Amino acid sequence: MIKLLKNFKFKDWLIVLMCILLTYINVQLELKIPDYMSEITTLIQTNSSTMSHDILVQGMWMTLFAFGSFICAGISIYFASKLSSSFSLNVRSKIFNKVESFGIEEMKKFSTPSLITRTTNDITQIEMLIAMGLHMMLRAPIMCTLAITKIVNKSIEWSMLLAGCIVLLLSVILTILLIVLPKFKIIQKLIDRINGVTRENLTGIRVIRAFNAEKFQRERFEKANDDLTKNQLFTQRSLAILSPVMNIVMHGLTFGIYIIGAYLIYNSMMSEKIELFSNMVVFTSYGMQVIMSFLMLAFIFMIGPRAAISASRINEVLDEDIKIKEGTYNKDTKEHGTVEFKNVSFKYPDADEYILENISFKVNKGETVAFIGSTGSGKSTLINLIPRLYDVTSGEVLVDGINVKEYTFKNLNNKVGYIPQKAVMFTGTVKNNITYGESSKRVSEEDINEALKVSQADFVKKLDKQLDSHVARGGTNLSGGQKQRLSIARTIARHPEIFIFDDTFSALDYKTDLNLRKELKKYTKDSTNLIVAQRIGTIMNADKILVLDNGKCVGVGTHKELLKSCDVYKEIALSQLSEEELQNA
Amino acid sequence: MPRMNSRVQEKPKNLFGSLSKLFKALKPWKVLIIISVLLAIISSVFSIIAPNKLSDLTDEITEGIKPNTDKLMEINSLITTNYGGPIVIDGTTITIEDQTKYLEIVSTIDMNDRNDMLSKFDKLPKSIYNLVKPKMNIDNIKAIALILIILYGLSAIFSYIQGYSMTTIANKFAKKLRSDISNKINRLPLKFFDSHETGDILSRLTNDVDTMSFNLSQSLVSLISNLTLFLGSLVMMFYTNYIMAFTAIGASLFGFLFMFIMLSKSQKYFTRKQKELGDLNGYIEEMYSGYIVTKTCNGEKETRKEFDKLNNGLYKSNMMSQFLSGMMGPFMGFISNFGYVAVCVVGALLVSKNTITFGVIVAFMIYIRLFTNPLNQIAQAMTSMQSTAAASERVFEFLEEKEMNSQKHITKKLDKNKVKGEIVFDHVKFGYDEVKTIIKDFSAKVKPGEKVAIVGPTGAGKTTMVNLLMKFYEINSGNITIDGVSINDLTRENIHELFCMVLQDTWLFEGTVRDNIRYNNLKVTDDEIMEVCKIVGVDHFIKSLPHGLDSMIEDNEAISSGQKQLFTIARGMIEDSPFLILDEATSNVDTRTEELVQKAMDKLTVGRTSFIIAHRLSTIKNADLILVMKDGNIVETGNHNELMKQNGFYAELYNSQFEKIN
Repeated sequence: MIKLLKNFKFKDWLIVLMCILLTYINVQLELKIPDYMSEITTLIQTNSSTMSHDILVQGMWMTLFAFGSFICAGISIYFASKLSSSFSLNVRSKIFNKVESFGIEEMKKFSTPSLITRTTNDITQIEMLIAMGLHMMLRAPIMCTLAITKIVNKSIEWSMLLAGCIVLLLSVILTILLIVLPKFKIIQKLIDRINGVTRENLTGIRVIRAFNAEKFQRERFEKANDDLTKNQLFTQRSLAILSPVMNIVMHGLTFGIYIIGAYLIYNSMMSEKIELFSNMVVFTSYGMQVIMSFLMLAFIFMIGPRAAISASRINEVLDEDIKIKEGTYNKDTKEHGTVEFKNVSFKYPDADEYILENISFKVNKGETVAFIGSTGSGKSTLINLIPRLYDVTSGEVLVDGINVKEYTFKNLNNKVGYIPQKAVMFTGTVKNNITYGESSKRVSEEDINEALKVSQADFVKKLDKQLDSHVARGGTNLSGGQKQRLSIARTIARHPEIFIFDDTFSALDYKTDLNLRKELKKYTKDSTNLIVAQRIGTIMNADKILVLDNGKCVGVGTHKELLKSCDVYKEIALSQLSEEELQNA
Repeated sequence: MPRMNSRVQEKPKNLFGSLSKLFKALKPWKVLIIISVLLAIISSVFSIIAPNKLSDLTDEITEGIKPNTDKLMEINSLITTNYGGPIVIDGTTITIEDQTKYLEIVSTIDMNDRNDMLSKFDKLPKSIYNLVKPKMNIDNIKAIALILIILYGLSAIFSYIQGYSMTTIANKFAKKLRSDISNKINRLPLKFFDSHETGDILSRLTNDVDTMSFNLSQSLVSLISNLTLFLGSLVMMFYTNYIMAFTAIGASLFGFLFMFIMLSKSQKYFTRKQKELGDLNGYIEEMYSGYIVTKTCNGEKETRKEFDKLNNGLYKSNMMSQFLSGMMGPFMGFISNFGYVAVCVVGALLVSKNTITFGVIVAFMIYIRLFTNPLNQIAQAMTSMQSTAAASERVFEFLEEKEMNSQKHITKKLDKNKVKGEIVFDHVKFGYDEVKTIIKDFSAKVKPGEKVAIVGPTGAGKTTMVNLLMKFYEINSGNITIDGVSINDLTRENIHELFCMVLQDTWLFEGTVRDNIRYNNLKVTDDEIMEVCKIVGVDHFIKSLPHGLDSMIEDNEAISSGQKQLFTIARGMIEDSPFLILDEATSNVDTRTEELVQKAMDKLTVGRTSFIIAHRLSTIKNADLILVMKDGNIVETGNHNELMKQNGFYAELYNSQFEKIN
């Protein structure tokens, strides 16, 4: 929490200081009010001729003070709101920028949903603490101390009563909180659980119906529902004690002060009686203020821990050391369109086993190289190393003769066009999606149309507003194949030297797959293509095929060569096509 | 836990309609609710009566500080007129010494110094002092104290009982709503889920139900008790003194006006904030999910710019709504103080005219707070009732959605063990909505035990055929029969029982591997599970897991999508039904593994009619019958060799994998 407060700038601390000052004035003014109240009370008692005039004067002063304190509170709340919203503005932007610089590794470590919560909910939690806390946290102690100094010498009996009330109130609140707070964590989990079960129900609805498993799901749901209700009942019933106790203590305080006052007055000399009486009225209102401040503190203790947890979650993100560091090379290169792997090995940081071992190969300009292998053979990981979604554990990856680690991200990304397995669409128009990002040249209307033609995305022309057609969040208004083709168009429009297709074609039917590759070949005669695929048909024509098995390269060559020399390749091929078809192809 | 006033202030479309639906749904708890409301009212009434008693108490105490001036005057006149003589008042004899002392003291009194007067008073001779000293009636005070203790005590007890029962009602009600929603999901046609997002339904289940139950337990009672307080204090004020009452109301009136203006102004910022926050969060979610594209397309600058725009937009509305909601408290404080002064000033005037006693002022000091506080609370409760109405509108809207057709009239049933497996599609027509027909005219006959493959480009309607066969959707016209019985004459459960279905999405739920494989067939033994796992080739993987079949399946990286798919295939195999549907069931598995799985499946499907949908043509090459679909129609039928000979659409599709691109 404190660490996050370092995000406050000098100006912000000035605001905090000002808020303290304002709160101090505010409380001072507010505490004057009971003085005037007692003054007015005494005036009423005396029954003198000028009484109503005197009261009017005192009343005006009291109103003035009340107004002044209201204005002070207003200004300090204004600044507190400003502070808390600019805090969340800055921290949110910090986290967002940090996350944008994360690699896959960091992304997986935190998981996307968790990062989303950290950027949204967790910040809101802290913002709330600052907005309310700044006001209350400053006010409560100031109010408490000042109010106590005003009444400390009035009467030992009253003070004892007040202390007793505070102790009683705080111990009740603390006991209930101690019982209830741990349950809140459980409840949060149970809510997640009930959400999870329902999400399962919704996403698996066809499976559930096909298995006639509605009853099975219902039982799972009811169990979660029962648990949740039980826990919520427990916490809420416990919390229901708070309000009556608070009321009875506060009323009890006034009542107690009056009863004690009655006895004190009864037993006092005439000269002390009136003073005692007005003290009694004053004590009641100050005492109330003291109790209120303690309640405020208790409230802060209630929201404090939650905000602290949020703060630590945010700090985790901000402190995360990004493994993949940007290089500095931003000039043009001598070579173009070449990729070379030199003894590349890769494993996940905490894993023992290597995903890739000793991979070496070179791709020349204009060549098409394909990677094939069973699931988990490491083919996707391999090509992820080129745009530095991961960094090698050992060995080197060179693009245009220079180690990828030396490039600036921008320079590298302009050379390498990576198309992921799962097409990603952003909310906006088709056009926005295609021109997304920066490339070596500006993307013109012509480029877009050409890219759409090459990627077989003719369907765009049939859409209502063509290029300006709306793309819904996550591209839900497009089919999987459509998204995939737009995602390819996006990369084509960027004119990279090297295309990387990470299993991009699997979602397309054979015909589209073929036409796309045909057009691509025509359009990008000089560009280098790296293709990861599962279908033999997709890669048969590649200049070079690398066969991967358990992270090792078990064969390099053309389709024909590999059929003869590589058993793994032959097995894969035969699982898809007959011997005869393979020979004829 | 207290809630912050930052929730969406959604406006319901039909406030009273939704609220009346809500109360109708609350019927089972009617008695308890009425009792709670009554208790809340009584408890509020007590807190109005209490100040009255407190003012009685104050009056009693005030009595205790006023010397008996009448008596003093009487003594004074007796002593001055009758000095030296025997003076007997109320049975007390004032001796000559005392009389002398008295005159001495009186002669030194400075009439303008009140303190001097009072201290001289204390020096009066005992006999006189005892006669004129203030008389506090301790017995009266004790009696009032007792009443007050009872009032406060009862009020607290009632308020707890009320709180306890309302919480109970609210939570039981929420539980019922959640169950209802969950059960409703099972009764809705699949069509519904095409047009409704999972997130939306989930938010009804959690957020909306939560809003309803929270507001039910808090705001409803708060609304009623505050209304009682407000009206009650109004009545009491007028009952006690109408001039003072008008003063109090007048003083607070402009405050309230101002407050309502502020409330309506701030509403604008709240709505804007909520919308902007939603937009920003949506953007964050989208960007985090698609960050690979941002990274590889140099999209950081663009993304950051858009983010900053949204973030800065939120800043202003966020600040203003925080400021305005924060101001409410201090403002009400000011109004209450102002009212206090007004009451005191007018009260003092009235006291000086002896119209009222000091106790009345004390009572009004409390009334003015009782009167101003509830308004703030009532305003808050009103807005939360509004969001309750909006939430219940959304919940009831979902619960009232049209359900699947009733199946009560269906009497036929096909026995799982006796069914032969002949399926006929007879001129089937279907569209997901009225405008667009997906399946135009589909006819096909499948013989018992045949392995049928459906192929075709994306959007041709392959999956739709399966949806119709499984009766997930109702066909528009035409017919599908199983062993001559129309599926319209069979219950959905009966049809589902006949089919075993494996889908492309590897749907697994949070639970152990065992739970996921045996699913609702709880009778299946571990041996049987392992046998099936061996067939699909995941037995080694399961054994390598730390807890074997007891390992939990969670959303983590440990299990690849291929393995997940094998689990779902295993689950399908366990079900052991006469028909089999594989809808892209092996697309996440590499072709070599797929081949193994298929061989195993073939063994299992001997004699069973099966349908296979696949993108990869290698998957379906050995099917007995291939139905080639295009634009909702069957364009070709036959087995692989026949279709290749026809040299039509299928052959073209198939051959495109061999075509040279150079």
